[in-house]
Amino acid sequence: MAERERSHTRPRGAVFVPRAQVMTADDVRRAITRMAHEIAERNRGLHSVVLVGLQTGGVGIAHRLAETLAEVEEAVVPVGTLDVAFYRDDIGLRPVLPEATTDIAVDLTGRTVVLVDDVLFTGRTIRAALNALGEYGRAQVVELAVMVDRGHRELPIRPDYVGKNLPTNREEMVDVSDDGVALGELVGR
Amino acid sequence: MSGFPTHLLSMDDLDVAAIGEVLRVADSFAEVGRRANPKVPTLRGRTVATLFFEDSTRTRMSFETAAKRMSADVLSFAPGSSSVNKGESLRDTVETVQAIGMDAVIIRHASSGVPAQVARWVDHCAVINAGDGCHQHPTQALLDVFTVRQVLGGGDDGLARFRGLRVTIVGDVRHSRVARSQVAAYAALGAEVTLVGPATLLPPSLEGWPVAAAGHDLDAVLATTEVLSLLRLQGERGSGTFVPSLREYTASFGLTARRAARLAPGTPILHPGPIVRGVEIAAEVADLPAARITDQVRNGVAVRMAVLFLLLGQGRHDGAARG
Repeated sequence: MAERERSHTRPRGAVFVPRAQVMTADDVRRAITRMAHEIAERNRGLHSVVLVGLQTGGVGIAHRLAETLAEVEEAVVPVGTLDVAFYRDDIGLRPVLPEATTDIAVDLTGRTVVLVDDVLFTGRTIRAALNALGEYGRAQVVELAVMVDRGHRELPIRPDYVGKNLPTNREEMVDVSDDGVALGELVGR
Repeated sequence: MSGFPTHLLSMDDLDVAAIGEVLRVADSFAEVGRRANPKVPTLRGRTVATLFFEDSTRTRMSFETAAKRMSADVLSFAPGSSSVNKGESLRDTVETVQAIGMDAVIIRHASSGVPAQVARWVDHCAVINAGDGCHQHPTQALLDVFTVRQVLGGGDDGLARFRGLRVTIVGDVRHSRVARSQVAAYAALGAEVTLVGPATLLPPSLEGWPVAAAGHDLDAVLATTEVLSLLRLQGERGSGTFVPSLREYTASFGLTARRAARLAPGTPILHPGPIVRGVEIAAEVADLPAARITDQVRNGVAVRMAVLFLLLGQGRHDGAARG
C-alpha cells in the first residue's frame, strides 16, 4: 500500500514476497548517518536547508535525517511532506492515488530543498515532485536523497545522496522500511 | 484500486471503501485549495461538460471550479440558450456533447433517472449525477459526510466516528434528492438516521429507507441529536401545498434560536443550500459557528475534485485506450 504508485504500482491485494535482504536495520541506520553528514558537508551550516519527504516512503527517512542532523550538527532542519499524485504524467495510465496530504509549512523561496525518497527508479516521481515543489516557492537549489537507487531511469534525473546502489531487474520490487531493505517480487492479486 | 464505479449516479454506487477513498482524496485536494495557487495539472487535456437542465448556483459553480482547479477544460451547457429550444431531444444533445469529445458529463435534471439514462447512451465518458428530480444528489451527501468528519474528527479516515452517530434530517424528505443520498451515505457508514418532518413531507412508507426512526416532533429529538441536517422546503416541487403555511412549518420544524440552544454544544448544523432564512432556519442561527453551511460549500469543491479524479484519473476511460 505504501509503495502503491512509487515502486511501480503495487496492485491491490498483491503481496510482497522478499527474496533477499540487502540491507539490515543497522545498515539503514549507518546509511542515514552517512547521508546526514554528506548533507551537512555540502550545505555548510544547514541554515537554508529544508528536508521534504515524499509520501509515504520518504517521510520516515526525512525525519530520521533531521534527527541525525540535530544530533551531529545541532541544527534544527525543518521537515515537510509532499504528495505528488496530482502532478504525475501517468494519470490515466495506471492507478495513481494520493497517499497522504502535502504539508510544507515554510516558504521554499531561496532555500536548499533536499527531496527525500525511499527508492529511486524511473525518476517519474521526482519529476512530478519538482513540478509540485514550485507551488511552495522558488527554491535556490533542489537536491535528492534516496535510500536505494535501483536504476532503470527514464528521465535525466540523478540523486545527490544515496544509501545504496542496488542493481535490479525491472520486475523486481524493493521494499524499504526501518527494518532494512529487501528485494523480492509481488505475488498474486 | 477499490471498486470505484465508472459513473456516479447514486450513493448506492459507492460502498464504504469507495466513500472512504473519496474522503481521503478530498483531504489532499482540500490542501491544494489552501495554497496560494490552488491549481494542479492533474486533469490536463481532459474535458468536462456541465449539463444543467435545472437551476443551480453552488453545485454548478462548485463542479466547474473543481474541474478548473485540476486543469480540465470545462464546457458549460445552458439549455435556455441551446438547441433544446429548437426541439432537440435529450438523446441528441447528449450525442452532440459526446461527439465533441467529453471525458465526463455532469448532469442535473428535473426528472429522476436522467443521469442513469444518459449513462446508458455514452461510452468512454463518465456521467456524474448533480441532482435528478427527487432521486439522488450523491456529491451533496459526500460533502456533508466530509464536513461532519471534519467537525467530529476521529482518527485517520474518521469513518469509525460515524458508527452509531445520531443524525437527524429535518424537513421535506419526500421531495428531497439530497435526503435520499444523505440517508444512503449515513446508513452505509453505520449512522442512526432519524427523519423529522410533517407527515405530508415524510415518505409514505419507510420500506427501503435504512433509517432508525421517523417522526413529527423535532423538539423531542434535539437533545440526543449529534448532527442536525436541514432540508429546504422545495417550492418548485410543490412543497408549499403540503404544509398549511410557511409560518406553521417554521413553528413546528424551523430551527429557531430557541431550538438551536437545546442542541448539545458544537453539534454541527448542515444545510445543502440555498437556505431560506426564517423558514427552515432562523437568520441568526444560520450565522452561528455551529452552522457549517459555508464549510459545506468550501468542502464541496474538494469533494468534487476527488470524485472527478477518481472517475477520470484511474485509467478506465480514454486513458486506457491511450495507454
